[in-house]
Amino acid sequence: MTAGQLFKNHFPLRLCHSALFVLLLAGCSKEGDHTKTVTLTGSSTVAPLVADAAKRYEETHPEVRIEVQTGGSSRGIADALSGLADFGMVSRNLKPEESALQAHRIAIDGVCLIVHKDNSVPALNRQQIIDIYTGKIENWSAVGGPEAEIVVASKAEGRATLEVFLGYTRLDSADIKADVVVGENQQAIKTVAGNPQAIGYVSIGAAASEAASGTPIKLLACDGVAPTSEAVAKGLFPITRPLQLVSKGVPSPAAQAFLAFLTSSKITDLIEAHLYVPVAR
Amino acid sequence: MSRSHADRVVEAGLGLTALLSGGTLLLIVWFLFEGAKPALDFGMLGHLFGDGKWQPGSVRDPQFGVMSMLIGSLLVTGLSILLAAPAGVLSAIFLSFYSPARLARGHRRLLELLAAVPSVVFGFWGLTVLVPAIDRLHPPGQSLLAAALVLSLMILPTIALTSVSALQAVPVAQLQAAAALGIGRPRLIWSVVLPAAWNGVGAGILLAAARAIGETMAVMMVCGNIAQIPASLFDPVRPVTATIALEMGYASAAHKSLLYAAGLLLVLVTGALICGMAFRRQTETSLPRSWS
Repeated sequence: MTAGQLFKNHFPLRLCHSALFVLLLAGCSKEGDHTKTVTLTGSSTVAPLVADAAKRYEETHPEVRIEVQTGGSSRGIADALSGLADFGMVSRNLKPEESALQAHRIAIDGVCLIVHKDNSVPALNRQQIIDIYTGKIENWSAVGGPEAEIVVASKAEGRATLEVFLGYTRLDSADIKADVVVGENQQAIKTVAGNPQAIGYVSIGAAASEAASGTPIKLLACDGVAPTSEAVAKGLFPITRPLQLVSKGVPSPAAQAFLAFLTSSKITDLIEAHLYVPVAR
Repeated sequence: MSRSHADRVVEAGLGLTALLSGGTLLLIVWFLFEGAKPALDFGMLGHLFGDGKWQPGSVRDPQFGVMSMLIGSLLVTGLSILLAAPAGVLSAIFLSFYSPARLARGHRRLLELLAAVPSVVFGFWGLTVLVPAIDRLHPPGQSLLAAALVLSLMILPTIALTSVSALQAVPVAQLQAAAALGIGRPRLIWSVVLPAAWNGVGAGILLAAARAIGETMAVMMVCGNIAQIPASLFDPVRPVTATIALEMGYASAAHKSLLYAAGLLLVLVTGALICGMAFRRQTETSLPRSWS
């Protein structure tokens, strides 16, 4: 007996299926009348934070459906311009040619240089950082540290942290002469923690929480500013990038309400859980 | 001779399963080819083989040379086989012919456990223990040597366990005949057992090589990921798999299809190697088979 015959003889089962189907259809049309959808597309750095915030928002606003899709900051900007999305998610500053868009900052990400805890170098300035990463300075003694070769750790091509670092140093990725290339923040931190001569750059939030939990790394002051959340929030720290939403024209009422939620203190804990810095308000 | 209905059903089912497992590989290659098409269409093939560096994100001087990474994959794999194969085969000989039965059983369990350790754990161990140790010898620590050592540990159980099976599959009659001739144990192992078991041992090494060249996570954590042809054991190296893992999630359209192309190349190179070795094994063993 084939599967088809089995189902042919089982009329009640089919009846059940049709009934379910009709119910489903009814459910859909009912929802379609009342639900409002807010669509956000763009940066994969911002998306996890917004997705978590959306979950929380939907709990208290069952009539709203929030759709979050990734695809990079460029897609966020393109979708916001074309109106495909209510908001584009962007993890960098807007360029002059993108001034048609309105930016709404929801959090800030800071990037700092890290070295091993035993390294006596207290701070670096921008020129020293450039010289180290382009191979002009190869020994820690040249920047006030011990007599030891510098092991330069950089990030893989395309990583957002690398782009922020390149933006700060105004280098091209081809200029960087690294000894080690790493992927995620964690890998950079483990690399520096295991090597007293290494230097790397990572998200400040990730570095600070690792250092606090006893990992032997040290966050370096940069251009005389200590890498703290407060300095990032106040815009004093030199290597930062905004995590923002962009929109063109006036958003729909539902989108405006969600934006107000995202820029309120109701998601401060989520921002901190994602190791970003809330905007000072 | 008429076959039973059940036999036909079983045959069809088994055939379908075989078709599925074989067809999946073809599907994967096709999928890689589709992904790599834009790179191949742009006439990037010359860049893939001609460019000296891999810096796809550079604005000033983008270069897309994959040769250093293919060589990196082969170097890391070859070196790990060089380390693991003698160790694996020799420990299999010890277990089969010298060690007391209880020790052999315990050792076998340990090897099986080693095979079950997740690769990320090997990578983490390498990064926190092995790399700092190598760094003290010669910075930066993340190096061809570190990658080969971690990989050789990962493939050692495969080689050792398949070798044990191959050694134990040698017919007892052959061993008894050799013993009756008064041949000593070392001579017996070298002249009777190893030639008879060589096919199985070779298959184990081939399997280990295939795993080594495809390994990503553990290698990525300890190899340093610099796309260059290493001048020494202490230089960093970047295999193709590490590049794909590091950059795929963040790549734009053209960069992404280059990564697909690199993956396709790796599959083709690995396929060619395995076919070549299998062909050699076949020609080597064809004589006694036709004779029997």
